[in-house]
Amino acid sequence: MRLDARIPDGPIDEKWSRWLDAHRLVGPLNRPSHTVIVVGTGLAGASAAASLAAQGFRVKSFCFQDTARRAHSIAAQGGINASKDFANEGDSVRRLFVDTIKGGDFRAREANVWRLAELSENIVDQAVAQGVPFNREYGGALATRSFGGVLVQRTFYSRGQTGQQLLLGAYSALQHQVAQGRATVYSRHELLDVVLVDGEARGIVARDLVTGELERHAADAVVLASGGYCNVYYLSTNAKGSNVTATWRAHKRGALFANPCFTQIHPTCIPQSGEYQSKLTLMSESLRNDGRVWVPRDPDEQRPANAIPEEERLYFLEERYPAYGNLVPRDVASRAAKTVCDEGLGVGPTKRGVYLDFRDAIRDRGRAAIEGRYGNLFEMYQRIADENPYEVPMRIYPAPHYAMGGLWVDYELQTTIPGLFAIGEANFSDHGANRLGASAMMQCLADGYFIVPHTVTHHLTKRREHVDETHPAFDEVVRDVQARIDRLMAVGGNTAPQVFHRRLGNVMLDRCGMARTEAGLIEAIAEIAEIRDAFWTDLRIDGRPDHLNQSLEYAGRVADFLELADLMCLDALRRAESAGCHFREEYQTDDGEALRDDEHFATVTAWEHAGEGVVPVAHDEALEFDSVALATRSYK
Amino acid sequence: MRFRLELWRQTGPDDPGRYEVVEADGIDPEASFLELLYQVNEGRIASGLDAVAFDSDCREGICGSCSLVIDGMPHGPRQVTSCQTFMRDFEDGQTIRVEPWRSNAFPVIRDLVTDRSAFDRIIEAGGYVSVTTGPQPNPNSMPIAPATQEAAMDAAICIGCGACVAACPNSAAMLFTGAKVTHLNLLPQGQPERRQRTLAMVEQMDEEGFGGCTNHGECSLACPQGISLDVIGMLNREYRAALRGKPVAGTSGMTAQ
Repeated sequence: MRLDARIPDGPIDEKWSRWLDAHRLVGPLNRPSHTVIVVGTGLAGASAAASLAAQGFRVKSFCFQDTARRAHSIAAQGGINASKDFANEGDSVRRLFVDTIKGGDFRAREANVWRLAELSENIVDQAVAQGVPFNREYGGALATRSFGGVLVQRTFYSRGQTGQQLLLGAYSALQHQVAQGRATVYSRHELLDVVLVDGEARGIVARDLVTGELERHAADAVVLASGGYCNVYYLSTNAKGSNVTATWRAHKRGALFANPCFTQIHPTCIPQSGEYQSKLTLMSESLRNDGRVWVPRDPDEQRPANAIPEEERLYFLEERYPAYGNLVPRDVASRAAKTVCDEGLGVGPTKRGVYLDFRDAIRDRGRAAIEGRYGNLFEMYQRIADENPYEVPMRIYPAPHYAMGGLWVDYELQTTIPGLFAIGEANFSDHGANRLGASAMMQCLADGYFIVPHTVTHHLTKRREHVDETHPAFDEVVRDVQARIDRLMAVGGNTAPQVFHRRLGNVMLDRCGMARTEAGLIEAIAEIAEIRDAFWTDLRIDGRPDHLNQSLEYAGRVADFLELADLMCLDALRRAESAGCHFREEYQTDDGEALRDDEHFATVTAWEHAGEGVVPVAHDEALEFDSVALATRSYK
Repeated sequence: MRFRLELWRQTGPDDPGRYEVVEADGIDPEASFLELLYQVNEGRIASGLDAVAFDSDCREGICGSCSLVIDGMPHGPRQVTSCQTFMRDFEDGQTIRVEPWRSNAFPVIRDLVTDRSAFDRIIEAGGYVSVTTGPQPNPNSMPIAPATQEAAMDAAICIGCGACVAACPNSAAMLFTGAKVTHLNLLPQGQPERRQRTLAMVEQMDEEGFGGCTNHGECSLACPQGISLDVIGMLNREYRAALRGKPVAGTSGMTAQ
């Protein structure tokens, strides 16, 4: 298989406008005869569903939560980037593009990233028009701040709840379309498989989570906006329900899965406290604007943080990266924290933690200024950790946060299955090997508001036979889905699904987390196979499949994580270099920085499912860097 | 820590339901209330019993999924979401009663899970600015004073969990509806639809079977976001003005022919 990203010709800054000028349109009167399914109601899904419905298509929107307002985009805190240069610093589309490519350690596709940077400006305008209350300066103009990995202030924010406000904006736009009769929201529904007719995506099979009924939904195009898979690590910053099922099922039906080993471990999270803990809470990266990261220089330090004098503190980011200091990108900050903890300098009961200290910022700028910026984050920290961060430094440690990998898509955000699109975190496209702060929301909303409505339209102009829910392809997929549910219910062991999930998470964090080795990954693959065997012999699901059954939902998701984990390790094994988040210990510079191998791995690896129990096939898409020179990242 | 839990069990909207007593032992004081229930369920599944159903998702207090009445208080004793309520806030050996949101407008689906889609229908009635995707004006062409933005934001932070309804003796949704009306009606973007929005949302709220506000103030005390009763005052003022057809700031009062 040759992967064709179908990037339009022409100079990079004209590609998207050329594509828009050339794509085909569906007339307004014909649009209601086309149905588009959108799976997921986060920033990408809700914005896509609202935009497609507003264009006049019939939209069916699906989410497993009880309402479309809950998807985990809501937890994004810090902000959204836009290259508007309101701060008059010389920012531009090109600078945002270069920062994103460089931040991703040259493993993202140039044309997509340029388009993202271009569209960033429209997103903030769209959100403001919806009534999203962004923070304002005294004159009433939009306020901005800086974020990790960049030297300009291009991040727009609503206190520390930007994701919530942007999602509620997209959700309200979707509810507006529901009121107009153009969109229908199917909440408490979970996609369990994709239906293909003549190789094209023509619908889905979803389970009504309340009644347990398997429903068939036919469509002319299917958009997956089902988010990322960091819950494969069990302990992550993701929501309880975040899962890989939608994209994994699509993968097994033929969609290629790209760069699965690229998972971001976020540096500023509250450290773990107990074994049964199910969640690591993220503290916005924006805290690194004013907080200083340090550990005691003495591994046997016993004094409380505030009693440790200045000269006995190791400000390891500032020392090691003087140009960016505490604002280095996430992968660099996380790895540095891991390194000092490995050296025994960590703090807190588990010694897996570093201080994030606001003492100096409060002294210099006053408590009120800090409270204005981070008040809700400080409150959240105090609630969870039971310590007052205005008085003692926060303790933080890296946690799995975001999946850069996902379904492979071309320039039109279409997967290798025609008619099946993937947007937001569900695709692999824009962040390369590391995502910069405040760019997830930007990508989700660029995909949902401004890209996929047009590329789906273009797809819909092609003639195709009418397919409805009575088509035999649906019978076949419903049979497969039912068999899978029966198989899960019938294992009849003694162990709850979360036990297997926890075991899997331990293996993945340890072997396929912030640092990876060939030997470790090979061991991990064997350990994952053991857990998978145990899962399929000792699982117990209580209750029946014909009512709300959260154990059954959970078990299905864990089963898919167990398969994905394998692919992540294979991918990490094959990528014999270090790039961004993917740090193979065998490939590092003398001073411990990531060592890329551009000759062999300036590529996207897209994996093809080759059948159960068969080793998947890797396909490479070569990445070309014409608009920005391949260079070693340096934040020193 | 050890707890004696009285958990509400109900197989569906037609089942009268009952309490089931469950002993929970070996609980970490740093565990959240949800983690307590995950652990209880893990043990129940292993010993052949059925798990207790409850909603949860983000587990950081922002998604609004979790919805437990803990010892008579929506979300528990600390005015934070259930997921941010920690076992260290309880006494070792304590008996804790756990119930779903109680409101006719939120029917029980199973055990502690309720159907809160009534909130979606209130938003659908008018909780938006009717713009669709496309080119928009430069956002700085319409300056918003930080004080206005702050006031709008104080209302916009509602997470839609429904604790306000569960806390209210009348099962009123005035805090929820008032928060959305306040958020949009304060901002310049919300002005053209101000009157229509207020009327439609209040009408939908009544249609869903939520009660009226009689100023108990329980809603605001239970709200994990601490949304002020001021939004109910604002909702009442907006509703009166809308009913009277009084022109509101930002509308011309003229109708296109």
